[in-house]
Amino acid sequence: MSKKEYEIPSVPACPEELYTPEVQPGASESVRSYPAAAQHQEPLGFPGEIPDDWQDRALTRMEELLTRSRSLRVYLESCVRCGACTDKCHYYLGTGDPKNMPVARQDLMRDIYRRHFTPAGRNFPSLVRGRELTREVMDEWFTYFHQCSQCRRCSVYCPYGIDTAEISMAAREILDAAGFGQKYVNEILCKVHKIGNNLGLPGPALEDTLEGLEEDLKDDTGQDIKIPLDAQGADILLVTPSADFFAEPHVDGLMGYAKVFHQAGLSWTLSSYASEAGNFGMFIGNYEQMKKVAERIRKAAIDLGVKRIVVGECGHAWRVAYSFWNTLAGIGHGADEKDEYARALQAQLDPNYPVPQHICELTYDLMQQGVLKFDPTANDHIGLTFHDSCNVARASRMGDMPGGQMEIPRALLRASVRNFHDMADTTIGDATFCCGGGGGLLTDELLDIRIKGALPRVTALRDVMEDKGITHMAAICAICKAQFTKVLPYYDLPMDTVVSLHQMVGNALRLDKGEI
Amino acid sequence: MVTAIFAILFYAATAILLVGLGMRIALYARTPAPLSIPTTPAPTSRGGVAFRVATEVVLFNSLFRSNKWIWLLGWVFHAALLLVLLRHLRYFLEPVPQWVVLIQPFGLYAAFAMVAALAGLWFRRVAVDRVRYVSAPSDHLMLALLIAIGASGLAIKYLAPTDIAAVKAFFLGLMRFDWQPLPADPMLLIHLLLVVALMVIFPFSKLLHVAGVFFSPTRNQVDNPRERRRLAPWAAELERNNR
Repeated sequence: MSKKEYEIPSVPACPEELYTPEVQPGASESVRSYPAAAQHQEPLGFPGEIPDDWQDRALTRMEELLTRSRSLRVYLESCVRCGACTDKCHYYLGTGDPKNMPVARQDLMRDIYRRHFTPAGRNFPSLVRGRELTREVMDEWFTYFHQCSQCRRCSVYCPYGIDTAEISMAAREILDAAGFGQKYVNEILCKVHKIGNNLGLPGPALEDTLEGLEEDLKDDTGQDIKIPLDAQGADILLVTPSADFFAEPHVDGLMGYAKVFHQAGLSWTLSSYASEAGNFGMFIGNYEQMKKVAERIRKAAIDLGVKRIVVGECGHAWRVAYSFWNTLAGIGHGADEKDEYARALQAQLDPNYPVPQHICELTYDLMQQGVLKFDPTANDHIGLTFHDSCNVARASRMGDMPGGQMEIPRALLRASVRNFHDMADTTIGDATFCCGGGGGLLTDELLDIRIKGALPRVTALRDVMEDKGITHMAAICAICKAQFTKVLPYYDLPMDTVVSLHQMVGNALRLDKGEI
Repeated sequence: MVTAIFAILFYAATAILLVGLGMRIALYARTPAPLSIPTTPAPTSRGGVAFRVATEVVLFNSLFRSNKWIWLLGWVFHAALLLVLLRHLRYFLEPVPQWVVLIQPFGLYAAFAMVAALAGLWFRRVAVDRVRYVSAPSDHLMLALLIAIGASGLAIKYLAPTDIAAVKAFFLGLMRFDWQPLPADPMLLIHLLLVVALMVIFPFSKLLHVAGVFFSPTRNQVDNPRERRRLAPWAAELERNNR
């Protein structure tokens, strides 16, 4: 990889001093994703090249989406441009490019919507700023809708709950339909369909990798901790992001899950067919793709005959699993009597457990029941904080109570590490800042915006590092982990500052059989 | 002549407002929300969701978290507008209910507060570079229109009084399809003309946020996707065709 120089923003002393930058038009206009080639477009049903009638296709798709999705219609019509969201996006805070203000990003589509779909925009375009859908507009969409990580922070602060993620997903859907796909996400989707996971790791390689990890576990603990693959008739199917199989620190999290399952004596398995929790279909807003990817999990669950489905540490995957799986693939409870499709899987699932269940929920329940015991002194060399992943915090839940997605991971970390401190209130919980690499932006050509987008999080992290003796930050998302590992060094923080939550759990978990 | 013009204008404006807004609401209600997308933490029951939406509508609590100045100006404007509108009920109801009589003085203070809050919002729109950047001409015109309505109303009260008994007779007459003469005072006609304009613009403009706030899926959905399968009609059809 080329040693490109990036402009690193200066980090303020504390989050209160993270001032909103002045508007600097065009500041990040040159940061662009690579366009998808035909080989990554056509298998997904998108045009391989930009067709002559791209404008018709784009507008047709837009019209279709408007009838399919209430959120799109309502959000395009309800904004009053009050400005409440303008200082909430990490990419705006990092770049000062006004098109990274949520409202301005939405307006890239709203102006087109008005011009082509409303009487006000058709008749008085200059008054309401209606804009013709031209090639320039498409290029601008391609740039700025790929500078949105769909983290939903803006939607928390909008008086109408307008969610820029909904708009940016629709925009990418329209871009794809008109032949303007993004390479990173579409290439990965092709890999999932062909090989079964985002990293393109084939079954035999996966088997090898897992055997290696079992040996590592044996060396570390002296115990035979298994990581089963394709174990027919296991109780639990674990679906986890494929980065957990070899990326650092992800893999330490996977070994943590294995220790939990081992210590609790649970019967579990991974699947080589559904070896990916991630679902990049969400990033391009494409329901059909999302469904197709989710149905791999359904098929694996049915084929293996499992009773429970547990999801590993991954933010957007947990959003899709928790919020969408039931809809997309009937993975959940509460199907209608006549809903044969959903009933087929439900009949086999254990009604005593939520489906899907987050690995943190599973570990937490076992801890509450006293099945797992922790020795937090094992992590005494660590001072820890926790990064709430955007999709977990603002688009899902854990446990029975609203907000469990914030409390359960923290309960696990507090049990595992004695020196635990949260970062500033305005940067955690449902106000959390995106890592800067989510939503299909975790690709090298976007590194500039990824570094700048991480500024708010880095500011809060450095603050607790200096004040509270924090040395590490736990995350529960494969993208967060990969992004921080890559980006923190640009801010002179070690790449191993970021750790997996279940890595901390695994360190502290007591594996001494005799006592339990 | 003036009476006839304004009578027709008000009939037309009312029809456009009601039909236009009704069609928007019907469209929002008809369009499916295919996926569960509440911004979490979200309520897990219908009652909880009703409370959440109510606090948004009454207190603007997301906006409060977001920006205290916009909240203050925005909330004062809306609350004052509500009082002013309620105060105006006396022109449409005979006999005038006791509570409408009681709020008359408050409605008057509210008119000042409303114009002041609008001026504050306009100042922000011009002074804050981020808000200036996102503002379209229509955003400025909307504020100008609302301020002009408030100012002309206050002018009728304090500078150029009109025969309000006759104004009331005109509106009661409109409602009973028995037209009564409208006083031809310029300030009154300006005030009424601007109100007509606002009513006509309403269903075609950002004022649709009034309906939108009730239909926003991130706010009005129950957080229960693991317990209930949500399936939009088009998604169900997709599922049938796939198998």
